[in-house]
Amino acid sequence: MSGFLPTPEDVEEPDVTQLHEEEHPGHARIEGRSPWLLAWQRLRRDKVAMFSLAVIVLIVLFAIFAPLATTITGHPVNEQYRTTGLTADGLPRGPSGEFWLGTDDLGRDILVRIAYGARVSLLVGVVATALTVVIGVVVGLAAGFLGGIVDTILARLIDVVLSMPFLLVAIALVSITGPSLLVTVLVIGFFSWASVGRIVRGQVLSLREREFVEAARSLGASNGRIMFVDILPNVLAQVIVYASLLIPVVIVVEATLSFLGLGLAPPTADWGGMISESQNYYTTAWWFIAFPGAALLATTLAFNLLGDGVRDAFDPRSDRLIP
Amino acid sequence: MNTPLVSVENVTKSFPVQAGGLWGRSTDLIHAVDGVSLEIEAGQTMGLVGETGCGKSTLARCIARLYDLTSGRVVFDGRDITTLNRRDMREVRRDVQMIFQDPYGSLNPRRRVGSIIGDPFTIQGLGSSKEIKIKVQELMERVGLNPEHYNRFPAEFSGGQRQRIGVARALALRPKFIICDEPVSALDVSIQAQIINLLIDLQDDFGLTYLFITHDLSVVRHVSDRIAVMYLGQVVEVADAEDLFTTTRHPYTRSLLSALPDPDPDIADSQRRIVLVGDLPSPTNPPSGCRFHPRCPKARHDCVVTVPTLEPVLGDGPSHCTACLHPLAVGEDLTLSTPSIEDSEILTAQPALTTPTGGANGGLRSTATRGGESQ
Repeated sequence: MSGFLPTPEDVEEPDVTQLHEEEHPGHARIEGRSPWLLAWQRLRRDKVAMFSLAVIVLIVLFAIFAPLATTITGHPVNEQYRTTGLTADGLPRGPSGEFWLGTDDLGRDILVRIAYGARVSLLVGVVATALTVVIGVVVGLAAGFLGGIVDTILARLIDVVLSMPFLLVAIALVSITGPSLLVTVLVIGFFSWASVGRIVRGQVLSLREREFVEAARSLGASNGRIMFVDILPNVLAQVIVYASLLIPVVIVVEATLSFLGLGLAPPTADWGGMISESQNYYTTAWWFIAFPGAALLATTLAFNLLGDGVRDAFDPRSDRLIP
Repeated sequence: MNTPLVSVENVTKSFPVQAGGLWGRSTDLIHAVDGVSLEIEAGQTMGLVGETGCGKSTLARCIARLYDLTSGRVVFDGRDITTLNRRDMREVRRDVQMIFQDPYGSLNPRRRVGSIIGDPFTIQGLGSSKEIKIKVQELMERVGLNPEHYNRFPAEFSGGQRQRIGVARALALRPKFIICDEPVSALDVSIQAQIINLLIDLQDDFGLTYLFITHDLSVVRHVSDRIAVMYLGQVVEVADAEDLFTTTRHPYTRSLLSALPDPDPDIADSQRRIVLVGDLPSPTNPPSGCRFHPRCPKARHDCVVTVPTLEPVLGDGPSHCTACLHPLAVGEDLTLSTPSIEDSEILTAQPALTTPTGGANGGLRSTATRGGESQ
């Protein structure tokens, strides 16, 4: 009965090697196609996402070369042109050869201010999102992987943070510390990490039961190594998808804080602040609100559409929306 | 007998069952492994068989110290590893490796094969990355993989190739002892043979000792020097491989072996399959006396109360031990036996200690006896 086992000569396992070498004759080095590469290849086929990416690149260039806007127009960002930039009644001037996108209520060039405002929006969007992700991933990994009392404490902490009214606490915090870029970033990061933490924790709870974690443990790997080398790469896709959808939210939140006067201190150019200042000029100066609003809309829309594309690229079967 | 390489002494592993509530009070214990002793000699293959849920994998993880023991001792190479801390255990892990059942689950899908196989070296801090790469490629070649596939991901390999990756990883540090936890049960039959032959080759080359867990009896007969049969957390019979098949002593082993089809149709027709009644009792509340008694065709009254010990049956050598009060004689036909106990006598361990009198054990004990009585 023991002869039932076929010998290797009887059964040949299909050799993928040869297939591969036929595809690439003379190609010595075989590079595996990583899940990241596959996702990127799928993303590249997504026209909407690629268009959004192009828009984002343009906005980033616009922000980086904001001083160039000053050079070209000859208008420094905070310079108030009270004679040329304002009408005789002291109202903002519309778009013209001198001020391409018009001026604001103090006679400043809106184009230049939008360029400088893009710096703030993008900086806050990226830095606050990065902060959110780092805190959320570390907390989620620790809670999900270490379990026990650590999990109990961290999971309750997540619940607490998620149940705090964001704007009320933000207003209180800013009124204590005074508005600044750092405070804005910290406030946004502090309030956003909890949902990342919850997502990561959920993923880790299922991942830590997988056999490859047991395999790592049987090799003597430490908890830290298992968390960061074995588990982290498996939650990263989810986190990146979430982060790409979080950036536009953060940009809008930053604009909201500025609109409420909780963002950057007034002379600094800032999209939310500009929209706020334009409130009294809806009827007389449409350009004052239209251009900063359009910049905000275009940026968040581009990030959102790119985020959708990233999500589909990582999980092509799913249509569901990640919260 | 030589001193064994691995010696498992009276190992018990229980898991608490979490019962609801905010703070997760634990009420019941599942006795996954209950008082198992085994000795595995260097260079041998110990087969471990038993049906799903009998505690084979738990025992393996206890030996590999992936689980802490509830009680008992595991001695490896003369060293008690039961209570070693993480750092000392890491040293032992060079000599004790594991191959896992699921070649899809046991390889991290987000890491390249080269770094997966290189893990044992990096974790143990052996060699520079260049040296590791050379060693990994040697290993890949040795287990029948193309070393050029170093940079590929697990998803780009077939099931059999993945299991070869698992074998290469286990082999990396030239261990003395490898625990194979159902290494082929997730593979196609044709691929199973290749992996088994690879394991046998490697054993010859490197003088490996295996603990080979499976529920596939023909596989275990092919690879094992000795075989241990587990039932509900306990070893019921252990013997040299051929001995176990020719002079089966335990009724459970016999019924298990009867499930093995014979490739010869003439013999297969004359074979009578022994079908056990009832389900595997719950390990939370194992039956009293001999744990097999609720399902045993030969159960007698004493089986309900007396716990059998694992010892040689009269006429067997010291290497063949059976835990049965009424072992089978050679050539005895188990299908002709009928149990001489009533259903009402079948008790579970805990209530048996209180009131064994009277046949009616309904009402009050109904929850406690559910596991044992289900027929």
